Amino acid sequence: MTKFSLLDHELVPKHEIMLEGELKSVLGKFSIEKEQLPKIKVQDPVCKEIGAAIGDVVKITRKSQTAGEADYYRLVIE
Amino acid sequence: MSISEATIDSMIKDLPLPSNTLKIFKDDVIKAGVSKREMEEIIERIMEEYDVSCIEPCDAVGVVAAQSIGEPGTQMTMRTFHYAGVAEINVTLGLPRLIEIVDARKIPSTPMMTIALSKENPEDYAYDREKTRALAWEIEATKIDHIADVTTDLSQMKLIIDLHEKAMEGRNINIEQVKERFNEELNVSVTISPDIDNQIVISPAEPSYRELLQLAKSIHNVTLKGIEGIKRVVVRKEGEEYTLYTEGSALREVFQFEGVDKTRTSTNNINEIYEVLGVEAARNSIIKEATDTLREQGLTVDIRHIMLVSDLMTCDGEVKQIGRHGISGEKASVFARAAFEVTVNHLLDAGMRGDIDKLEGVTENIIVGQPIRMGTGDVHLISRRKEEIEAAEESERL
Repeated sequence: MTKFSLLDHELVPKHEIMLEGELKSVLGKFSIEKEQLPKIKVQDPVCKEIGAAIGDVVKITRKSQTAGEADYYRLVIE
Repeated sequence: MSISEATIDSMIKDLPLPSNTLKIFKDDVIKAGVSKREMEEIIERIMEEYDVSCIEPCDAVGVVAAQSIGEPGTQMTMRTFHYAGVAEINVTLGLPRLIEIVDARKIPSTPMMTIALSKENPEDYAYDREKTRALAWEIEATKIDHIADVTTDLSQMKLIIDLHEKAMEGRNINIEQVKERFNEELNVSVTISPDIDNQIVISPAEPSYRELLQLAKSIHNVTLKGIEGIKRVVVRKEGEEYTLYTEGSALREVFQFEGVDKTRTSTNNINEIYEVLGVEAARNSIIKEATDTLREQGLTVDIRHIMLVSDLMTCDGEVKQIGRHGISGEKASVFARAAFEVTVNHLLDAGMRGDIDKLEGVTENIIVGQPIRMGTGDVHLISRRKEEIEAAEESERL
């Protein structure tokens, strides 16, 4: 059986770990702290797949029925 | 004179609009063929329109969402247990299903999987009826009742299992495998009867009536083949493709089978999706299941309301129910929790712990009779006293 990537599943949107600089500009744009973002667990299958660690922020590019594409951010927690 | 596509692109690329809107806009502009001046005016008007249609700050979106889902909900069938069009598989629909979704039940009352099959080349599973059929038998749980008659011989203290050859052939299982499975699952002696074809004899470890009767019961629960919990598999042809529908759900196990298209296979068990595919997939699944349930009843609810609900349910990295044990039960305010359900318990617990309510939310402020922090209630006039302004000017001068 070939290993398949969870990210290929049609229900799973694109996840990527954010770089420090990009994160800063996003937090600045909304003027919030990292802790105020929605959360994702570190044991989440997708987190394991992309190798996100606690404290990272994951950028999720959702396909949205209303907006076409929407960005969402989740802080990786325990 | 109309402008080129490149100019249009450069003019719209910095607009703070969603990509869907931009795309429609661009297509329409190209179709109509507008001049630069017209284009500028259109952009101005669109931006105005966009500003108007955006939700306003301090708007009570949650209440609007609750009403927008709740009102059509009153028209839903209270009790439905339908055949959902999908080959005689029972699926809970209507209000019970919607409640199940927002309650984030661990296991829905009628779990069901849709297994898409791989279709990379023309001979692949999705186009081949025989292969699909075979895969269906691999997945469906085969119990002893499906392939044999069981008789209890009380005088000899044994169970006699007469296997049907045809049924075994259909399910691609042989007598050796059946024996193997019983040996693995039960602590008993299993023998293939030497004189009679297709007969297995099982006798309990110690010869007592109780043991024998227990055994007669427990052999019915042994899964001889397939995935535990998949009660039935139905093959359906949709367009060119064969698809499997299952009664019962086991996503992780199904992913192990060859011929299953893992990217399109899914289940109606949201919790299972959360465990296998993650919280974002669970969010998408909540949206999909809720809209499908509403649409099936002929109700249209704007998807934004459902998106809000599913975002709220998944914002802490796990699927939480809307209710006493989830969103409403975790509110910081004592009054807000007490206003929802089990009032006395919340007040009593809070009293014993000496909780403090900071009166920051909506519910608690309504209870104590203060203006709420929503809409115009959240707008404050900030003024500085004359002395303060003078002092500030003073310090600036220094």
